[in-house]
Amino acid sequence: MVYMNRETLNARRLLCPLPVIRTQDKVKQLKSGDQLEVICTDPGVMQDIPAWCRINGHKVLETRSGDHEYIIILEVGGNG
Amino acid sequence: MLAAKTIMEQGVHVEGINFFTGFCVEGHTHAIRANDKAKPKRNNSLWVAEQLGMKLHIVDVIEEYKDVLINPKHGYGAHMNPCLDCKIFMVNKAKQWIVENDFDFIITGEVIGQRPMSQRKDTMPIISRESGADDRLLRPLCAKNLPLTLPEREGWVDREKLYDFTGRSRKPQMAMARQFGFDDYAQPAGGCCFLTDANYSAKLVDLWKARDGDKQYDLDDVMLLKVGRHIRPGQNFKVIVAREEGEGRFMQGYKKEFITMNCTSHAGPLVLVDGSPSAEDLFLAARITARYGQGRNAEQVDVSITDKAGSERVIQVKPFGTEEIPQEWYI
Repeated sequence: MVYMNRETLNARRLLCPLPVIRTQDKVKQLKSGDQLEVICTDPGVMQDIPAWCRINGHKVLETRSGDHEYIIILEVGGNG
Repeated sequence: MLAAKTIMEQGVHVEGINFFTGFCVEGHTHAIRANDKAKPKRNNSLWVAEQLGMKLHIVDVIEEYKDVLINPKHGYGAHMNPCLDCKIFMVNKAKQWIVENDFDFIITGEVIGQRPMSQRKDTMPIISRESGADDRLLRPLCAKNLPLTLPEREGWVDREKLYDFTGRSRKPQMAMARQFGFDDYAQPAGGCCFLTDANYSAKLVDLWKARDGDKQYDLDDVMLLKVGRHIRPGQNFKVIVAREEGEGRFMQGYKKEFITMNCTSHAGPLVLVDGSPSAEDLFLAARITARYGQGRNAEQVDVSITDKAGSERVIQVKPFGTEEIPQEWYI
């Protein structure tokens, strides 16, 4: 049985590109197939984190927003 | 973008590196200001990387960059911009990166004569030399005007397919962009760093002066210089007045680090008070707060003062008149 690891990254109050940098650094510590939930307050992340995922081979599973928070859940791709 | 594309066209694998110093204009300002909602909130380096189909590594150099800004060996440009030292620093970081990640050489989009400080015929060799990149630094857009570099000598890239651009004109680059089919691209360099901005630089110098010349700073200092109207009535304190809703929302995040003020009898902006104000100073700051609210013409305005611990009190003040705030208070 394969166990999937899910972690959360608090990137509240950080403005782009810092949430992307923190996501990038966190993903380096994860394995392919792991999931990361990134919680932000900068709306720019809705554009930047999916773009970062696309160019680096990670998959965005979900994006949602509400109450001035923006949440992105991604799955780490092949290169980890 | 054009330099990377030029080299990728020769079949070379290219990855991007973007250094975040804390002074980058894009991203932050767009994110903070509600007025900028019409502009796309995209990070241009990510966007460029995606257009080119290459990986991008964004590197946080906020801490290391302090020494570049505070002690620039080659001095500042027109404002607080240490462009030459900055370029040397970044190329040096890129050199460290290529060694760690097994890459062979570095490319930049520099063009001789394009920028008055860091992109001159006499300063470009300084960047190669002092960064330690030496002949592993290739500038594809003006390579034909520069000595041979390692990737050219080794035949990794064909020098004949590189360019000989010079000067400030961006017309050759725009023509090249059209040739590559790029109909959208980031603003050409120069406007991408707050340190090249006169108003921002004045606020930074003021911050250092107010701290008796101590030039250390943290990211919050740098961020707050980007928002609000900064007014310094005395050496011991200044007030930062939010100019619009987005800035106000951003400044809310600093309520535990600053004394804050806002009008309660009328609508008005959030104000942060920085420094060590006396009771008299706070009264004066409250009059400034009232000046920028809807009650600016009222005889009396209620202003709430909240300390860092969250304890709140309300005082009544007469707003400053438009001409009553001395011009020299505005930073």
